[in-house]
Amino acid sequence: MLMTETDLSRARSADGAPGRLPKVPEGPAPGDEGGSLYAERVKVYPKEAHGRFRTVKWIVMAVTLGIYYIVPWIRWDRGPYLPDQAVLIDFPARRFYFFFIEIWPQEFYFVTGLLVLAALGLFLVTSIAGRVWCGYTCPQTVWTDLMIAVERFWQGDRNQRLRLDKHPWSAETLWRKGATHLSWLLIAIATGGAWVFYFADAPTLAKQLLTLQAPLVAYLFIGIFTATTYVLGGIAREQVCIYMCPWPRIQGAMFDRDSLLISYRTWRGEPRGPHKTGQSWEGRGDCIDCNQCVAVCPTGIDIRNGPQLECIQCALCIDACNAIMDKVERPRGLIAYDTMRNLAADGRETVPLHLIRPRVILYAVAMVVVSAIMLVALLVRPDLDVSVLHDRNPIYVRLSDGGLRNGYTVKLLNKLYEPHSFKIGIEGLPGATLSIIGLDKEADPVVAVPPDDLQTIRLYVTLQKQGAAALTGDSTDFNIVVTDVASGERALHKATFRGPER
Amino acid sequence: MAKRDSHPAAKVETTGHEWDGITEANRPLPKWWLWTFYACIVWAIGYWLLMPAWPLVSTYTKGFLGYSQRERVAEQVADAKAAKAVYRDKIASMTLASIVEDPELLNFALAGGEAAFGDNCAPCHGRGAQGAFGYPNLRDDSWLWGDGSLDAIYTTISHGIRADDPKTRMNQMPAFGRTGMLTEPKISDVADYVLSLSGGGFGDHAAIERGGKIFAETCAPCHGADGKGNSKLGVPNLTDQLWLYGGDKSTVMESIRNGRGGVMPNWSARLDPETIKELAIYVHSLGGGR
Repeated sequence: MLMTETDLSRARSADGAPGRLPKVPEGPAPGDEGGSLYAERVKVYPKEAHGRFRTVKWIVMAVTLGIYYIVPWIRWDRGPYLPDQAVLIDFPARRFYFFFIEIWPQEFYFVTGLLVLAALGLFLVTSIAGRVWCGYTCPQTVWTDLMIAVERFWQGDRNQRLRLDKHPWSAETLWRKGATHLSWLLIAIATGGAWVFYFADAPTLAKQLLTLQAPLVAYLFIGIFTATTYVLGGIAREQVCIYMCPWPRIQGAMFDRDSLLISYRTWRGEPRGPHKTGQSWEGRGDCIDCNQCVAVCPTGIDIRNGPQLECIQCALCIDACNAIMDKVERPRGLIAYDTMRNLAADGRETVPLHLIRPRVILYAVAMVVVSAIMLVALLVRPDLDVSVLHDRNPIYVRLSDGGLRNGYTVKLLNKLYEPHSFKIGIEGLPGATLSIIGLDKEADPVVAVPPDDLQTIRLYVTLQKQGAAALTGDSTDFNIVVTDVASGERALHKATFRGPER
Repeated sequence: MAKRDSHPAAKVETTGHEWDGITEANRPLPKWWLWTFYACIVWAIGYWLLMPAWPLVSTYTKGFLGYSQRERVAEQVADAKAAKAVYRDKIASMTLASIVEDPELLNFALAGGEAAFGDNCAPCHGRGAQGAFGYPNLRDDSWLWGDGSLDAIYTTISHGIRADDPKTRMNQMPAFGRTGMLTEPKISDVADYVLSLSGGGFGDHAAIERGGKIFAETCAPCHGADGKGNSKLGVPNLTDQLWLYGGDKSTVMESIRNGRGGVMPNWSARLDPETIKELAIYVHSLGGGR
């Protein structure tokens, strides 16, 4: 479904209706002489809602914020050599730890896969039930919700806040607003503070931060995230969703007539009007025009004007309206999750839900495929790995007796959490001897690789005269054998011995 | 309270563009966007004042913070030098043999040596130290000068060969042809004999025999009666498979006729001793070191 201008124009609520959108003066259009090119922000005073969706949102807030603040403090034992933080992005060591998973820089495709999954998940959920991400779990929504709750705590609900802003400044205004902003700042600092713990050992960094011993970059990032949280969550709020975020625009193309969207059931509500107890409901709609749906809206729109770009589909209007419907003893669900197709039937029939649609199946299949690829990649990820690079310059070296020598750069990767030692040998090249720089005096060279690290060695393979004469071509395949000293496990790595053309 | 009519007709001016019923509204921008724009301008002015900004005829505005990227680079280079000093000091004070015993120092020296090799040695010896016509391959197992030990390599790099250095390695292969010591046919015979020493050469037996006699008289004093040379004096072994100037007959004759005298600079005049030590360790590690 695309957002048409007709839809958007409905958002222009009638004069007097509280709403975010600027009232456009009649007369000259913007840009013409006399019209303003810029619109003042219309402040939104969201009222507190109570109901099922509000409860869900409180729970989602608690869970998401809990995850954010607590995760860096979870410990995960990786032995004596590695950090014991469950989730850690270790930039200096170039490692990313996530519980039992550890990612090296060259394995960044795991992160790419996660991002692809996240995008597909967003598409999937949007085509099923609209802007669920925006309404419940987006950090902007969660923090804004938290900031509004704090504001409500210090300044009271919608009506008190409206009154406070209408009156001239007084001592009361000052302390109430001061307390609000101070609380916002503290939340913002805690948010920025939690962020840096993902990038260093949390307990150590906490101690450093408190004793002012932490690296400058930690304070810098706390500052940046404090500023963004305070400004975006506390002050900008719905402006971020409406003017800064690209997602609302994209989502217009993601839901269709079968997506469950938060909708006002016009066929049931209209014609609307005030209703007195005892009056008949005959010949009129269920909407008593109490404006509660508008009052609770965090973006300050009127859901009764149809789907709108500004609507983050947080479902608070459903809670507000249901409470009123209970009071006037009409059935709930005047505002509800509904499909465009069902709405178009105007209540004459109930169009069955049609959630399993080609696009839903496509997104789900794509998610399964990406997950499967990632899982396989993770399962076959070798803990001990060898890579062999043959010297290119020179390809081979001729020796004084007519023998040949080849040089190789061998990288031994140890992705395990303890040091490992490897015996290096060769197989399949009769008469060849090998030597390793730094270990050339040892008969049986053993290379020690530190835990979770790689060791690069230079390896020379030499064929004396007879061996070189026995080569049949300019290139002979053989194996470099790497044996784990502790377990005796052998890994063969194919390599090539090069000589002059024959 | 809201008016009854909640579906007011659009009072927003449109641009007149319409596609399938979708019209383009001409809406005012939020005012804070404008303020953001002004804030950017203020920021820019602050930036001009604080940071280097405007080019002038022969200089530029320096900015009150006095920031300079060149100075920053110099600082970083100095920092890097200071960080390396720990290792460089050790390399300066320790013997070559003890440096290679220490894996950490060995690694450092190899990395530094490789870089220095690329800068200073690669133009002649090649990036892979594989050598070229007249420039020895440093990876094989034969050494023209010295025994391939760390100290011998260090000496060669420090003092060079036929260089302007009192301790330089020095010898001379005479130009037997040019000075008239040997006639052209004799040079041909000696070349046949020399090639036969390493199992090559296809001259007739008579020529090789004649050449052998000349060799014994003229060449053996330096190259030895068996032709195995003497690496202490920089005399090449003529019996092995390696040729500095090529192992075909005309090249060997050319060597006898006009002599050879390759030059290697005395690097002690250009590089500090630590770098030369690193170079010696690196070259030693290329495969030929003993």
